[in-house]
Order: sequence, then C-alpha cells, then structure tokens
Amino acid sequence: MDRFLSVTISGLSGGMIYAAVALSLVLIWRATRVVNFAQGAMAMFTTYLAFTVLEHGGSYWVAFPIALLTGLVLGAFVERVLVRPVENGPPLNAVVVTLGVFIFLQGLAGLLFGGRFRSFPAPFSNKNYNLGNVSTVSPFEIFIVLSVALVAALLFALFQYTDVGLRMRAAAFSGEVARMLGVRVGRMLTLGWALAAVAGSLAGILVAPSVFLHPNNMDGVFVFGFTAAVIGGLDSPVGAIVGGLGLGVLLSYVASYAGGDLQTLSALAVLVFILMVKPNGLFSTTATRRV
Amino acid sequence: MTTAAPAALRISDLTVRFGGLVALDDVGLHVSPGEVVGIIGPNGAGKTTLFNVVCGFVRPTSGRLEVQGKEQRKLRPHQLAGLGIARTLQGLGLFPHISCLENVMVGAHRHARAGFASALLGLPRSDNDERALRERALALMDELGVAHVAGRLPGSLPYPLQKRVALARALVADPQVLLLDEPASGLSNAEMDELGELIRGLRGRMAVMLVEHHMDLVMAVCDRIVVLDFGKVIATGTPAEVRTDERVLAAYLGDEVDATDETISDAVDV
Repeated sequence: MDRFLSVTISGLSGGMIYAAVALSLVLIWRATRVVNFAQGAMAMFTTYLAFTVLEHGGSYWVAFPIALLTGLVLGAFVERVLVRPVENGPPLNAVVVTLGVFIFLQGLAGLLFGGRFRSFPAPFSNKNYNLGNVSTVSPFEIFIVLSVALVAALLFALFQYTDVGLRMRAAAFSGEVARMLGVRVGRMLTLGWALAAVAGSLAGILVAPSVFLHPNNMDGVFVFGFTAAVIGGLDSPVGAIVGGLGLGVLLSYVASYAGGDLQTLSALAVLVFILMVKPNGLFSTTATRRV
Repeated sequence: MTTAAPAALRISDLTVRFGGLVALDDVGLHVSPGEVVGIIGPNGAGKTTLFNVVCGFVRPTSGRLEVQGKEQRKLRPHQLAGLGIARTLQGLGLFPHISCLENVMVGAHRHARAGFASALLGLPRSDNDERALRERALALMDELGVAHVAGRLPGSLPYPLQKRVALARALVADPQVLLLDEPASGLSNAEMDELGELIRGLRGRMAVMLVEHHMDLVMAVCDRIVVLDFGKVIATGTPAEVRTDERVLAAYLGDEVDATDETISDAVDV
C-alpha cells in the first residue's frame, strides 16, 4: 500500500510533464488543425539552449526563463515562416512540414551540441520526503506540478478572460468570419503557436533531469504527450491535462509492477484503444461525423 | 437624391469576371449615410458577388469602391471593421463553441484599445477594456432582446434567436455601413415583421445595404432599391418606382405579379 501511494504520486508528477506536452499539442491543434510533430524536438532544442546558459555559468533561474522565451520565439517562427505557406493546402502538407522541422532540429542539435547524453540539473532535490516510512514526493516533483499547473492556469485565464484570448478562440473556430469582424487571424495563429511552444519547452526543461539531455531525448516524452492529448480528445485543454495525469499514473504502475520496458508499449496500447473505442477522446465537444 | 456629404458607400463602373463569366458588369450604386438600400434580383444576378467585393473577399476586375468618400483599392476583410463596415452572413457564421455574449464581444473588439502585451500580462488597462466590451455587448443584446441568452452557446438556441445574436454582433461595432445578406431567410412572417421594425429603426443611424429575396420586407424597409439582373443594374428607385418599372417586372417581379393559379398548376403538371 505504501509503495502504491508513492508510485501513484510519482506518476502524477510525470503525468504533469506529459500534460504540458499534450497541452501544447492541443493548443496548436485548436488553432490550426495541425498536429505539431516537431513539438518534442522544439522542446529538446530550447532545453539545449538553457543547457548552454548553464554551461557558461548562468544560474538555473536564468536558464529556465530562457528556455521558455526561446520556445515562444521558436513557436512563432515555425508557424509564421514554415507552416503558414502551406496552411491552405491539404492538411498533410503541414504535417510533413512539422516532421521536417522535427528532423532538422534533431540534426541541428546533434551538430551544435553533439550526440552525447548530458545530465541536466534539477533546481530542487530529487530526494523524496518521507512521511513515516512512506516515501512520498520530492521537492523537484512539487516544482514540476506547480510550474505546469501555473502555466496551464495562466494560459486558461488568457484564453477565457481576455480580449486577445477571445480573438484567438474566434480565429481558431472560424478564421473567415473572425477576419471580417476585424480580427487579425494570422497574428492570432502565430500567437497560439508561440504560447503552445512555451508549454512544450516547459515540459522539455522539466523532463531533462530524468531522461538526460540528448537530441532524441524528447521522442518518448512526445509519444506520451501525444497519447495524453488523444485521450483528452485533441480539442480540449482540460482533457490534455487529465489525459496527461491519467497516463502518467498508468505508466508509473506499469513501470513499477510490470517493468519499465513495457512503458512505451502500454502507452501505444492505450493510444490504439482510445482511437478504437472513443476516437474523439474523452473530453471532446465535437460531434462525431459518421459517413 | 444626392447629398453634399460623401456617400457611405459608392461603387462605380464595377466589373467582376470569373474566367469567362461576367458576374458584375459595369455596376454603379451608392448608399448615403442613414439610408436603407435594398439589392434585389433573380438568383445569379450578382448580389452576393457585389457583397463580396464590398467585403474584400472578391477583388474586382475593374471599377472603383469608395467608403466614406475614400477609394479602397486593396480592401481586405480584416480592414472592414476599421472602416466601419459590418456584415451579417447568409449562414449565421456564429462561433459554435463560445457563448453568445462572447460572440458579440468579438464583434465589438475594434473598440478595445489594449495591445497584445498588456493583455498578455493582464495589465489593468486590458482588464478595463474587457469589462467595457462586455458591457457594450450586453447593452446591445438587451436592445435586440437577446440579453437573456447571453451565456448560452449559439447552437442551443432556436434559429431566429441566433439570427438576432448575429445581428447584434454586426451592430455592436457601431458600423457606419451595415451589410445584411438575406437576413430574413428562415424566419416566419411574424419574425420578419419584427426584423422589418428593427431595420427601419436603423435608418438614420447607419447606412444599410440589404440583399433579400422576400419582397414584402424589401418594399417595406428600403428607401431605395437597386435591381440587378445578369450582373447589370437594370433599375434604381424608390420601392414604388421599382414596383412599376417595366424592365424589373419583366426580369423578376413579373413572374410573381403575373403568377396565376393557372401557371402554377401548369408548373406542377410539368
């Protein structure tokens, strides 16, 4: 029972990271109906940039905002410069572009930073607090949960309670109509990608201490984040968070009770299961179209 | 008919070709401030194309478009709101997953002044803006009798109410020119009467350009009517003048005026 509790807790903190990746995928999907396969690689790249700051003696608290800010810029750049030109083409074009960005960034990271695994520091201790003889939660895990929750809450408030957020939602739902009402739709989509990439970069820098830094280090995390987003229905930010937490706990059980090797496999099993049973996800509001 | 003030909207020598098809041929018309002008004509006469040109969705092949006396050469849809032009769509075009109030607030946002940065950071100015937008939108919804559905999603409302919300969204921007694209479609007779009242109430407040199939409504609310047929203006005048214009009768109204039970039963037999 004690073990079960600590496995659950560590699953929740891991799940928060998947939730951040899922959130970034959902925000981009809502804005432009594109699954951004480059999201993991973008997060990896901004984490490397933060790592460079650390290597040059910068503090973690300088590197951390730099990762998020470069994520913001990178997200805006990818949307405005690379995705925009193919946006009105067949949906597959944009997907291929994001795959291209994914491969390019991985190659570039290998070129600039080398292919070695680097250890990435955590700002807080990884040692769990003990409650009696139950190992509970580490300060770093608390930091993970709080920072993702904070970013998610800020994004939610922005979308729900500000004029810009309203315009972004309007632009995402119907670009043509929003444009007629004076909304600069293009800018809103760029901003949507930029904000989404911040959530992705946050996941990157938070997961780096546990998966080490490497040009491919986000691949697995991306698969988990994508699965979480699909569980939530790709359209629902709340679904992304819940999906991420649920998947995190599930994978934590799998790793502790069945073996770590089965984690990716079980995530894929969940993905296939959801797509078969409830392809719109658990939280989607869009009606099914049956043909 | 002409006034000293520049027309709210003036179109001259406007031609639109889609490949070999001439959708609009040398069309000229104007809408004075505060005037309600109806555009009628049989299907395919070019009414919707005309609207689309005014909205910047379609670039004219040649011709001139003036808004408040200023020529608009490269009009693009997002500039409409800034120019004081609002349009309702033939379909409703309401955003499905945001509340009616928020739908209307999107229309009002040209009155918001806060930039990106201050909104992102949640600075007080953007907060005030947001509140002002909300109040403005609510006041207008109240005026149109839809304030009670402000919190609901458009899809959950009956069609006539949705139409009112869509109209509120167009009006909330305080446009100088309002373009109404078939506002009466899908409405019952009683609802159409209410709509007529509403449009008449706009006279004097803004220029209204109305495309509509329901003749009763057009005749009742318009100061002037422009009749299009095969992309050409075949008549312009007051409802009374248009009603008796030979060319109009021949092209369009003739069918209805002359329609007898006999011709209808003939049509059914065929």
